[in-house]
Amino acid sequence: MPQINMVQAINDALRLAMQRDPRVLVMGEDVGKVGGVFRVTAGLHEEFGEARVIDTPLSEGGIIGTAIGMALYGLVPVPEIQFSDFIFPAYDQIVSELAKMRWRSGGEYSAKMVIRTPVGGGIRGGLYHSQSPEAQFIHVAGLKVVCPSNPYDAKGLLLASIADPDPVLFFEPKRVYRAAKGEVPEGPYTVELGKAAIAREGAHVTVVAWGAMLYEALEAAHQASARGVEAEVIDLRTLWPLDIDTVVASVKKTGRVVVVHEAPRTCGLGGEIVSLITERAFTHLEAPPARVTGFDTPFPYTTELDYLPLAHRILPAIVDAARY
Amino acid sequence: MLRVPIPEGPDAGLFRVLRDDGSADPANDPFLSPEQLGAMHRQMRRLRVLEARMVVLQRQGRVGFYGSCTGQEATPIAVGLALSPDDWVFPALRESAIMLVRGFALTSYIAQVFGNSRDLLKGRQMPSHMSGRSVNQVSWSSCIGPQIPQAVGCAMAMQRAGKREIAVGFSGDGATSQPDFHNAMTFAARFAAPCLIICQNNHWSISVPTAKQTASATIAVKGRAYGVPSVRVDGNDVLAVYVAVRDAAARARDGGGPSFIECVTYRMGAHSTSDDPTRYRSNEEVESWARKDPLDRLERYLRRAGLLDDAALAALDDELKAEVERAIDEVEPAPPPSREQLFEDVYASPTWPLLEQRAALSQVPKAESPH
Ligand SMILES: Cc1ncc(C[n+]2csc(CCOP(=O)(O)OP(=O)(O)O)c2C)c(N)n1
Ligand SMILES: [Mg+2]
Repeated sequence: MPQINMVQAINDALRLAMQRDPRVLVMGEDVGKVGGVFRVTAGLHEEFGEARVIDTPLSEGGIIGTAIGMALYGLVPVPEIQFSDFIFPAYDQIVSELAKMRWRSGGEYSAKMVIRTPVGGGIRGGLYHSQSPEAQFIHVAGLKVVCPSNPYDAKGLLLASIADPDPVLFFEPKRVYRAAKGEVPEGPYTVELGKAAIAREGAHVTVVAWGAMLYEALEAAHQASARGVEAEVIDLRTLWPLDIDTVVASVKKTGRVVVVHEAPRTCGLGGEIVSLITERAFTHLEAPPARVTGFDTPFPYTTELDYLPLAHRILPAIVDAARY
Repeated sequence: MLRVPIPEGPDAGLFRVLRDDGSADPANDPFLSPEQLGAMHRQMRRLRVLEARMVVLQRQGRVGFYGSCTGQEATPIAVGLALSPDDWVFPALRESAIMLVRGFALTSYIAQVFGNSRDLLKGRQMPSHMSGRSVNQVSWSSCIGPQIPQAVGCAMAMQRAGKREIAVGFSGDGATSQPDFHNAMTFAARFAAPCLIICQNNHWSISVPTAKQTASATIAVKGRAYGVPSVRVDGNDVLAVYVAVRDAAARARDGGGPSFIECVTYRMGAHSTSDDPTRYRSNEEVESWARKDPLDRLERYLRRAGLLDDAALAALDDELKAEVERAIDEVEPAPPPSREQLFEDVYASPTWPLLEQRAALSQVPKAESPH
């Protein structure tokens, strides 16, 4: 099996989806001739032409608004938002329209689409090329939210998202776009939405992470092991609806949990995960659930590595949980 | 039968002063003094030198990013010279240098690019997002468009204050597709705000040519639709931009309301240091615009007027390169900002979660070298 990176795996998934289903189309800023600023759509323009790989005007609201219209009529748009920081001009279309379309039409209409967008920090992008806005979409009923950490999952989750009947926000962790490499089978396959993966087994502490921070959690788990603490690391993969069974089963086993995310702490997905765990596994908890997250500040340029919840911040949280 | 006549587009030509042979059209010539022309030229030349140097620093890994305005120097320099000190500027990516023309220190400007402890913005923003209260300039965020209605609102406040000040908001050609551009036009005209909205149409929005950005025959016509008087100017003709801005500013100060100026120009370099334009545009196109270079245009005029020769130009370049080098040497060694300052300025004073988080951060070892 070939070793490829996430950019190539996502590109492969898009190509397969477009080959199999003429309703699928890609649209966004710079996705056409140049193949996207991260080259995720490279080659699609040549293969499928301008009508299915559309360089749009510079308007995120226009991109998602027109994608909704296309989807209502029966196409399957896969719009790209160049950075998830720039999704907010489309927030109204996503939150007020896309998310509520099925419900408000009594189930008659839906606007199924997959909005792909690079997410997260660590590329020296400052305030507006680094943010992790997943919670702001999870809070809106009607959207599914996915964030893969590796090429195999990226391809399988994207194909599953394109096949899914509901709108999906597909966050691509750009810090590991090229760094995360792995074996990816040729041809189509899916990774089921709503299923987490155990990235590392361990008996003492559960660590829940996703995207680029999964690697930091694994590194911290590795370092904790040297101190006699075995962490079980869960790669959430689908952020919403999240795999509650896997998370709760792990916490019932370990009695301790650390949630890691790049997004600011307050009202982040970590808060929801901790609530779910306390509701369902309260009597199994041996230590207060902990969060290692970005801070409640905008995302900084020069000091971004202090902002991110990297392994050196996760490690003490794991050890403290184990020793509580 | 069609009853409504469709007017011919009035944008066929460009407003120009500098002719190709280096003479100035006497009907539009602002007749600047030799000193004013010299200052204009020095500013443009310095910006050319500065941008080239910053791009090299990025290539050398000494700074993280740069978005240069090479080929588009005429507009920021002409605007900087045409405004009054009390006016406000809301730039997009390629107009930061207006603040240099209006007296902002080159060292502070370059410190923003390094994002170190000499940076007034505390290393928080990416390079090419300069801001300076001392010169009434508010940085763009990175998001395309939001600063344009902000400039209009600032002008609405100036109008209430009864001041003869104006605000200037900038956009690229791509930005004119954003709702914020249209909001700006709607409000500017409706409230007769004393503002200028200036679009640098550099023919590209990263890899998307203006022809694929919009089916509108010109960018200027977009302003007219909202009732904003709009002109189309040769953006590589610094005297033409100067005259257009000066006249529009005078009208705004006199209560005549907003204007929209489309400056037709070309982005000679990459979109930014993260971009490779050879993937999407031809050398021939770039070459054809190189022949319309805004510095060449002004220099041809200055030479013809006997205000510039090879020796003077060489001496000026040496002086400007030394000035830029001195500024780099002065600011580059400054240490990075402290990690604790992250928690300042989120609110006027830090809230309890921020204080808690700051205390927690000070307990963990510093992250491995910040790049
Ligand atoms: C809201 C938003 N969407 C997308 C981007 C990514 N982006 C940065 S610059 C740019 C193109 C801007 O083109 P234009 O307005 O013509 O300005 P120019 O860069 O040519 O000066 C794009 C798409 C962004 N910064 N903000
Ligand atoms: Mg442009």
